[in-house]
Amino acid sequence: MELHFDQELAQLKEKLLFMSSLTEQSVAQSLKALIQRDDVLAKKVDADDDVLDRLQVEVDERCIRLLALRQPLARDLRLITMTMKISTDLERIGDQAANIARRAAELNKEPELKPLVDIPRMAEICQGMIRDVLDAFVYEKPDLARQVIKRDEDVDRLNKQLQRELTSFMIEDPATITRALLLMRIARNLERIGDHATNIAEEIVYLYEALDIRHQH
Amino acid sequence: MDNTNGKPIVEISGLNFWYGPKQALFDINLAIQPNRTTAFIGPSGCGKSTLLRCLNRMNDLNDEQRIEGTITMHGMNIRHPDVDVIELRKRVGMVFQKSNPFPKSIFDNVAYGLRIQGSKKNHLEERVESSLRRAALWEEVKDRLQESALSLSGGQQQRLCIARTIAVEPDVVLMDEPCSALDPTATAKIEELIQDLKRYYTIIIVTHNMQQATRCSDFTGFFYLGRLVEFDTTNRIFTNPANKQTEDYITGRFG
Repeated sequence: MELHFDQELAQLKEKLLFMSSLTEQSVAQSLKALIQRDDVLAKKVDADDDVLDRLQVEVDERCIRLLALRQPLARDLRLITMTMKISTDLERIGDQAANIARRAAELNKEPELKPLVDIPRMAEICQGMIRDVLDAFVYEKPDLARQVIKRDEDVDRLNKQLQRELTSFMIEDPATITRALLLMRIARNLERIGDHATNIAEEIVYLYEALDIRHQH
Repeated sequence: MDNTNGKPIVEISGLNFWYGPKQALFDINLAIQPNRTTAFIGPSGCGKSTLLRCLNRMNDLNDEQRIEGTITMHGMNIRHPDVDVIELRKRVGMVFQKSNPFPKSIFDNVAYGLRIQGSKKNHLEERVESSLRRAALWEEVKDRLQESALSLSGGQQQRLCIARTIAVEPDVVLMDEPCSALDPTATAKIEELIQDLKRYYTIIIVTHNMQQATRCSDFTGFFYLGRLVEFDTTNRIFTNPANKQTEDYITGRFG
């Protein structure tokens, strides 16, 4: 039986998906701005962050309205409450992308420190995590979400490796400090993106299996 | 809160029930925890009220009924032919959908069962007051106890019926849609009351209002076509029911 409420839930899901595709795009473009030293693109990512902020508010408003007017239960309740959490994580990922873009613009003012290797690798894993977590949401595949969680360890490991490497750069040559610090922060931004993707994965497992798997891995 | 912990006050096993040729309940097995509120939910005709009425043998009043299986209270079989049904109904009180005060004074309504039991006058006044207090009605009626119960509002009448039921100190209070004729304010008062009363009594409530079950029960049983489809903590039933039929019913996607 198709209810009016089902249509409202479908619209909510659509809104969240639009928000996620924009988030995914911001992350990709922030990295492109860094790697290709593209100031224009960096500015665009920064501007898109406002759009994401507005979408988050809009998604939350819809959720609160549905909670108040429909008093959802069981699966519906989980969809609406998890949508609120997922939208928060997406918005934070957007913030991290905007940070990366701003730091990329800073770096573009100086000569390249070194060819980037680990940061693109981290970025690739993070983007894969976001993509898969969205597929897990759309296709109702909690197992795919579980696999995403495992990949966060790779991101953390690469981040630690980068922090060590950049520290040695700074010790060897103080002239690299500004650039090395910016790269460190970008690595840290990516590490946070991995964490938010992990949160979303946990939220999706709860949405589809009603199992709270937070803080267990 | 676990549904397996603690010694149940009421245990129903292998219960089948027929109205004439029509079977209304099929193999019901259920344990009711003391000092908890248990809600029975399900679409009309699912058997939830029939089951409620088995617990104080109200169905005995129907000649066409037939029943199989056991129902025990404190381990004692309430279906045994030697059981004094009047005594049983004193221990298992009932509140109905439509408030049904006697056309007597407020005081006499609450005192009715106590007088039959032969309570002394002093004791009577004390018990009437404490019952009205427990039913959250005392403050509203203490200065008009001799007025007719029929002068009260619908919500007050229903609380009066609850006071009358608990005056004889039952173990279990059965409530069959106790709020369906009340406005939201009166409903909220009864729901608050249900949560207060479980300190003293075990409450079983039949309700069509899902939100009512979520607001005031600890355990919920979902019935469909005479079968108990799922029984669990209210929290679990309404956040993550195990059965698809339960989920479809509570999310309004039945059929």
